[in-house]
Amino acid sequence: MTYKKTLGASALAALLASTSIAAADCDEPIKVGVLHSLSGSMAISETTLKDAMLMLIEQQNAAGGLLGCEIEAVVVDPASDWPLFAEKARELLTVSEVDVIFGNWTSVSRKSVLPVIEELNGLLFYPVQYEGEESSRNVFYTGAAPNQQAIPATDYFLEELGVEKFALLGTDYVYPRTTNNILEAYLIDNGIAEEDIFVNYTPFGHSDWATIVADVVALGEDGKQVGVISTINGDANIGFYKELAAASVSADDIPVVAFSVGEEELSGLDTSNLVGHLAAWNYFQSAEGDANTGFIEAWKAFAGEERVTNDPMEAHYIGFNMWVNAVEAAGTTDVDAVRDAMYGQEFPNLTGGTAVMLPNHHLAKPVLIGEIQADGQFDIISQTAEVPGDAWTDFLPESAVLKSDWQELGCGMYNVETESCVQLTSNY
Amino acid sequence: MTNSFLMRNPSTLWFLLGLSLFTIVVTALSDAGVGVMSTSFVKTLGKTLCLCLIAVAMDVVWGYCGILSLGHFAFFGIGGYAVGMWLMYARTEGIVLDSFASQTIPPTPQEVTDAIGNQIFGVVGSSEFPMIWAFSDSLILQLLLVVLVPGVLALLFGWLAFRSRVTGVYLSILTQAMTLALALYLFQNDSGLRGNNGLSGLQNIPGFEDTPQSTISLAFFYASALAVGLGYVLFAWITSGKMGSVIKAIRDNESRVRFLGYHVESYKLFVFTITAVVAAIAGALYYPQAGIINPAEIAPIASIYLAVWVAIGGRGRLYGAVIGAAFVSLLSSWFTGGGAPAIPLGFYTIQWTDWWLVLLGLSFVAVTLYAPKGIGGLFDYLVRKPS
Amino acid sequence: MTRVLIMLAMLLGFSPAAQAQDLQNLLQTHAEEVASPGRRTVGVVLDDLAGSGIPQVATFLEQWQEKNVWQGPEGLFFIATEDGDTLSLTDIDNGTQSSAPAVGFTQLKPNGGVRRVIGTALVQFQLMDPDLTRRTTAVASIARRPEASQLAPLLGSIEGESDAALKARKIQLANFLSASFADDPADRISAITSLSTDVSVEARAVLNQILTTSTGVAAQLPSDANIAHVLTPGAEISLDAAYALLIDDGLATPITTAEEIKSALAANIVDGRVGDVPVVQLNTTDNRARAYAQLAQAGTVPALVTATNRDATLAGYVFFETYDEDNATITTAAKTALASVETRVAVGQAADLTLDALSLASIYFLAAIGLAITFGVMGVINMAHGEFIMMGAYTGYVVQLFVPSYTASIIIALPLAFAVTFGAGVAMERLVIRHLYHRPLETLLATFGISIALQQLAKNIFGTQARPLTSPAWLDGALVFNDVVQISYIRIAIFVLAVIFLFLILFVLKRTRLGLEVRAVTQNPGMAASMGINPDRINMLTFGLGSGIAGIAGVAIGLYAKVTSEMGADYIVQSFMTVVVGGVGNVWGTLAGASLIGFLQKGIEWLNPSNTLAAQTYMILFIILFIQFRPKGIVALKGRAAAD
Repeated sequence: MTYKKTLGASALAALLASTSIAAADCDEPIKVGVLHSLSGSMAISETTLKDAMLMLIEQQNAAGGLLGCEIEAVVVDPASDWPLFAEKARELLTVSEVDVIFGNWTSVSRKSVLPVIEELNGLLFYPVQYEGEESSRNVFYTGAAPNQQAIPATDYFLEELGVEKFALLGTDYVYPRTTNNILEAYLIDNGIAEEDIFVNYTPFGHSDWATIVADVVALGEDGKQVGVISTINGDANIGFYKELAAASVSADDIPVVAFSVGEEELSGLDTSNLVGHLAAWNYFQSAEGDANTGFIEAWKAFAGEERVTNDPMEAHYIGFNMWVNAVEAAGTTDVDAVRDAMYGQEFPNLTGGTAVMLPNHHLAKPVLIGEIQADGQFDIISQTAEVPGDAWTDFLPESAVLKSDWQELGCGMYNVETESCVQLTSNY
Repeated sequence: MTNSFLMRNPSTLWFLLGLSLFTIVVTALSDAGVGVMSTSFVKTLGKTLCLCLIAVAMDVVWGYCGILSLGHFAFFGIGGYAVGMWLMYARTEGIVLDSFASQTIPPTPQEVTDAIGNQIFGVVGSSEFPMIWAFSDSLILQLLLVVLVPGVLALLFGWLAFRSRVTGVYLSILTQAMTLALALYLFQNDSGLRGNNGLSGLQNIPGFEDTPQSTISLAFFYASALAVGLGYVLFAWITSGKMGSVIKAIRDNESRVRFLGYHVESYKLFVFTITAVVAAIAGALYYPQAGIINPAEIAPIASIYLAVWVAIGGRGRLYGAVIGAAFVSLLSSWFTGGGAPAIPLGFYTIQWTDWWLVLLGLSFVAVTLYAPKGIGGLFDYLVRKPS
Repeated sequence: MTRVLIMLAMLLGFSPAAQAQDLQNLLQTHAEEVASPGRRTVGVVLDDLAGSGIPQVATFLEQWQEKNVWQGPEGLFFIATEDGDTLSLTDIDNGTQSSAPAVGFTQLKPNGGVRRVIGTALVQFQLMDPDLTRRTTAVASIARRPEASQLAPLLGSIEGESDAALKARKIQLANFLSASFADDPADRISAITSLSTDVSVEARAVLNQILTTSTGVAAQLPSDANIAHVLTPGAEISLDAAYALLIDDGLATPITTAEEIKSALAANIVDGRVGDVPVVQLNTTDNRARAYAQLAQAGTVPALVTATNRDATLAGYVFFETYDEDNATITTAAKTALASVETRVAVGQAADLTLDALSLASIYFLAAIGLAITFGVMGVINMAHGEFIMMGAYTGYVVQLFVPSYTASIIIALPLAFAVTFGAGVAMERLVIRHLYHRPLETLLATFGISIALQQLAKNIFGTQARPLTSPAWLDGALVFNDVVQISYIRIAIFVLAVIFLFLILFVLKRTRLGLEVRAVTQNPGMAASMGINPDRINMLTFGLGSGIAGIAGVAIGLYAKVTSEMGADYIVQSFMTVVVGGVGNVWGTLAGASLIGFLQKGIEWLNPSNTLAAQTYMILFIILFIQFRPKGIVALKGRAAAD
């Protein structure tokens, strides 16, 4: 409780301090750090997000900036090199002295940055879906937690497609591993026997899929409806879907739902043989609505006619706008004050409905399930109401007792059984 | 004796002098002095020193002994992992004990171990302590492992390879395969070293939680400088004198040395193993400064880059390796860090983040073809010392 | 106004004069369910539609399934096609055409599960349809969701089936349905017996479904049930799982967990002690158990249940699995049939694994064969070999940008890829490698420099995004022997390509003048030159040939996997190992190396199917050890040619 008090006091002090600064007119622009890889293996995904951030900042400046100041983007290139993420984050916070960082893609890059931003009390907006099981005072997670993507997709498999036997295929790294652990526990809770869950991990960029696809087809031998939940990452998807098509696995026989396949990934593929397979996200480019149409138009005008939009871009769109509103509400860019102002921030989603920032630093967002179409876009066939993101999953025994609430409890890893805060820093 | 050795090797003395001067300048510029040098740059310099150390080791094994090892970065990584395991364990133990202290019932030792395991491996969806973490609670043992694991691995690998007379490019390919195998092994979550995530938060040194990073980074900078100095002297000593002559002779004509009655395999094994151990020590100093170690660090390409540094710096001269490593790695971070200005050509703008690797690759071809002695050769030419 | 109309329509729908009702009215009674159907709930609508006898139902269901039904602003349903901003509407009852702006209309998108249920409902309309595609769809729907009620209509439709293939399929399906659902046990048994040679997944599914079991527990083995197995706790069923069954049946109390003990202790601290144990001493399991026992004795907490209690309780019960099918003759027949099928499946799986391994070996071979020439014959280490593979693949991609026909583009791409990489290889040999023939280690580094430059260049030109390289339609799909043994045509094509190149290269090296000169230059360049051979020219041509083949391999690999700037790097280490393991300087050696690596990798994968990465790791370790003990490779050259 003392903690909360000091927090409030410091926020107040910062507020007072900043109003005087604002009054003194801003001779320095407000700096926004963009920490996305522009080279190396992640550049393919992250360059788009860098461009999206530049567009959002340009739009905000055109609309009069922030607190009467220009916003300046400080773009650095961590080059898909995880230690370099930590180095560049430190540079952004200490040398460039940015007020907020938008960046990272993949959990390992985030885990690399976490100690630095917690040490220097920075603020990071992380825009990609991730495995949860983490909560940092200094990070806002605008991507989906497992309960905002994996669990609803699995529900869809169980309820709507009547899948009784699951193949969980993933690339061997932390996101698929943790997600599959959560899903396994969830499926067992839902009455799926352990022997009806087939799990397989392949390396990054795997290309030899024939045996694995044959194994999946053979799962149907006990007459149960088989479904595949894919957390396969990046390039490996191309070989996987090509092999699926070659083995004539239709979505009617064995549906595949993917959590890492979006509009960008499909552009490397001929999708005519994949029609009907699924993906779950919080955003698809094909979502209907004026906000989305406007966003796509602005994006194409900014970046090029052939560019597509995707889920992490929407996450940055929401995150950036919420941050702008929070700064305006707090009247300062001071991290502690902005953090307090972030809680409860609302901003309309591009897919309809309203995203809300929760005290556990996650968003409440709707979950969409789309079917792949022949033109490489997704046909949205299911959309839920807003689902509040959950940092600690309820389906693993160790984390079911944990709760994150930075607003009331001031703790991201609060054990509700022992009623104590396990740790204040995050686990990395 | 050391005195007379240094007297006989003035270049070593000059190097040590330069290193000391460099250390003093950095201290003066850092937060401990006038404070114009940022903590992150001190960290970069500390890391660069570690890279210089492994480059010197690489120079000895390749430039002096003629073994083009594409596996020394694997040893570097093992060193990092070994020290990282203790750093993670000890940091997590502190957190866990704090958290238990707030509970009424004191924890059993098993509960503490379980909680630490859950904290470390929960991130990768597991909570069991694998066997290889058996010594992670002891700093001394883990530091011993920094030296022992790469030493034994290099000894075993070298013994097998040299015994079967695997030489030249075959050995290069074999060492590269070893690196790849290690990297793939570490990539697996089942390896017990957190798979692709690796070990992170290594910059937080247990017991020094309240010490600011500016101080810690300076301490590691000194340690790295000391290690480079000692390593340089060690290798200068090894490569000079009679033993140095035999090693260089093996590089130039292995069969002839064998016919002269020398046990070539023993010499090669010695050089291979000691450079592996030094590489591991460099890694153990590097990763606490980098903050995170993961399998991508060990990928075969890293070891090839190591060879590139040494070649550009100039093989067969220890200072050449230092120059090469420092020059290329700092230049690389300057170019990819957006430090170099883009060149507009009207129809196309050259962004250095895109073109730096092309430039590096081609300059490397040029160095191999036209300047096999590298920058060090140029240096020799300037001080008019025939090599 | 419209609302009133709808109300009227709905009233009409409910009125007894149902004969006059049309489809629109019927749908309006279920409007909400039709607009957003769920798999479990849509059945009501479908039953109503099927029972209504309205002739347009079949068309409507088909269009609904195809996502062609739209709901208008007034809630009415139309069959519609989108045309820019307008919709061409078709009335679902009388087929009148009209058009309207798309605004306000929503497309109905039944999900996959609903579409499958609709498919089942359509069976009765489609099974006898004159259109072959419709009949095929109907049969496929039956196969996806077999139901007892479908047996009779299916049997009835076999007689009149004109298409031979579909008729055979219908007979097969009818057999499956009889095995599961026929009324007469004798019919079922004969159907089941006939399945004992069928290795298809469907047949196995039928048999396995008959043999489903459920686990039970009792004090004594029941005599009336169709018992499959008796389960011994600790062997066929784990102790905890068995105990959980008892707990579910209310026959036992759960083991007290450590957490429960801990919280019970924490709740009963009196004066810094629990019982007579001081709190500070509660840091061992034994002390906690002692304290808990005292609490239990005092009656404040329930008695401690331990693993010993569990084992004692378990001894008093028998655990077993019973078949869900009561008739023991049927289960016995199914069991026999399944055993026979499974033997066949095991043989089939071995065959399939062999095919996969063969395919993998041919991919490795194709990737390495160019290297077998440049490295194996000439002794040049070319680290940029992988980038030549990549260049070939990108050539294929670029050709497809200009040539829309996939078949023609591949026919153009193969020789073009050869030409491009041949040129690149010759250029590299002339500019770089020529100067380094006496410094092999430096060739390695120089070509590595070229490799990173080329890789980055490809990224700058084509972007980091994977590019599509699509195979022609005749290479789509797979050669299916049965449901277990099959291999995709693209892999067969790669295999054929590998075989062609094997013989082509053998021919060139052994039977042509060029081959003779290559071998001469390799063995003794000085002597060869004095015999009138130009070693420069030969080296250039050989290197070009090796690089050109890498380009063709690139097209093939791009077709089956992906085209990225990093694809070459994925193959380079493996390719070198293939050549080294096989034995340098020998094309047969490369073949042996590729086979060894391919089969080994598949073998290890089979041992540990859930982790492909482990298979790669162990394979590389094996190769390292293999080379240590056989440094010259599998096919080692003997005599003078073997000298370094």
